[in-house]
Amino acid sequence: MSGNTHDAVSDVELEREEYRRKQSMRSVLTSIVSTLVFVAVVAVGLHNSPGWPRVKESFFSPEYFAQAWPQVVDGLMLNLRVLVIAVIGVAILGTLLALTRITTSAVMFPLRVVARLYTTIMRGIPMIVVLYLIGFGIPGLGIFGRMDPAVLGTVAIIMSYSAYIAEVLRAGFQDVHPSQRASARSLGLTSGQTMRLVIIPQALRKMAPALMNDFISMQKDVGLISTLGAVDAVRAAQIVVAKTYNFTPYVVASVLFILLSVPFILLNDWYSAKLRRREQTGGMV
Amino acid sequence: MADNATATAAAQAAATPDATQKVLRLDSVVKRFGDNVVLDHVSFDISKHEVVALLGPSGSGKSTLMKCVNMLERVNDGQIWLGDTDITDPRVNQDQVRRRIGVVFQQFNLFPHMTVLNNVTLAARKVFKWDRDKAEEKAMGLLKRIGMDQKAREYPDRLSGGQQQRVAICRALMGDPELLLLDEVTSALDPMLVGEVLEMVSELKEQGATILMATHEMSFAHRAADRIVLLRRGKIAENGTPADVMDNATDPETRAFFHSYDS
Repeated sequence: MSGNTHDAVSDVELEREEYRRKQSMRSVLTSIVSTLVFVAVVAVGLHNSPGWPRVKESFFSPEYFAQAWPQVVDGLMLNLRVLVIAVIGVAILGTLLALTRITTSAVMFPLRVVARLYTTIMRGIPMIVVLYLIGFGIPGLGIFGRMDPAVLGTVAIIMSYSAYIAEVLRAGFQDVHPSQRASARSLGLTSGQTMRLVIIPQALRKMAPALMNDFISMQKDVGLISTLGAVDAVRAAQIVVAKTYNFTPYVVASVLFILLSVPFILLNDWYSAKLRRREQTGGMV
Repeated sequence: MADNATATAAAQAAATPDATQKVLRLDSVVKRFGDNVVLDHVSFDISKHEVVALLGPSGSGKSTLMKCVNMLERVNDGQIWLGDTDITDPRVNQDQVRRRIGVVFQQFNLFPHMTVLNNVTLAARKVFKWDRDKAEEKAMGLLKRIGMDQKAREYPDRLSGGQQQRVAICRALMGDPELLLLDEVTSALDPMLVGEVLEMVSELKEQGATILMATHEMSFAHRAADRIVLLRRGKIAENGTPADVMDNATDPETRAFFHSYDS
């Protein structure tokens, strides 16, 4: 709109723009007011509740926060190690399960049944029960001698999450249009090449948001290995709590877990938004 | 296409069907889905350099027949011969047979995560094991012929539907297939884009390609095909030249079928 007569906008359009501008001003104002009211209600509610001073002291104490920080950070390093290994393990086991479930060959029939049973059962059992079964059951067999609870915890997480990931992968593989497979096979690609060069690269793109979501979920669930006695961030916090009778260390652990996940949550949101934009180009609704 | 005069003459000589050499021969092919007989003892053949249009109403068995020839569906009886190979023999190496047939489907042919050039060279690199330079040289030559060499580094979603189909045909030509199967390649296209694809098919015919095409483009079939095979309820209703089958048909059902396409 450089203002010369050639670019002149009609009065109708000017009026429309004016209206839209007013409308968006109004939405901004409305959201500011509603946010302020919401924060005020929560703050007043907390402040007026009879136990608030005690809760504030036992959960949000700055001194205990500082005291617990180094030990909980140390513990978090174990969570990170477990997370890295578990992600690799889940990727391998999940892919194997998914591929087993989508094969059609007759030889694979028994494996297909096993994979189906595995994903069904594993998705049904609460994570904590899987941890107990592996963490206390395997040492109980007495075959391997004494085992590091962190290792057992990692195994349990891999076993549980593989079932979820396998289902995401399977759905993703089957979501690629059948013509793509037909085209690839028509070119003379073997079924393995078709999978590797055509189906998997396309499926991965579609599955990325779901996979990242499971990854974020896994990031906090590695904290559950504390139930087996591994000294991770949660366990470290628990130790400090037991000594001080103050719950602030749990808040420390939560803050650390949140900090760990925020980059991936943002990445996931960004990627999902990008996919959505690409699929909806040209649409207003 | 700046070939010299001898090459053009050779191509034109090659473009006449050679009845002594059969590229494809269907012998009493039967295909059933449950109790539903989709192909009922279908027999016909295609000579070298011959263009055969497979016509018929929806549900007549066209697509199923194409899938059987391409080994995406298994026949329940009869034989299909590609040259000297019985491709219905379970002992035959399917991947090797598929390399000898170029196929283009109605849509979703191109791989969206690969550039045009990688789409076209994929089979050459991974199946024929050519090195990348050799594959790309041949691919660029094919793309140049259809004026798509400028788009070689683009992804398929940047191309129009007609361009995508023409690239898909290029990809099918990379292995110099004995037979080109075109399965309703214009059916999903905007009417504006149909012409450019059909023009490419006409050029391939002039260069001596052997083509079996299922299509709804009646005037194109009339113009470009050497022979029309009309399927009806899984049986061959007509098999002859476009003039015999489309213009001078005596069978009332055949006449009614072609009538429904006249506008």
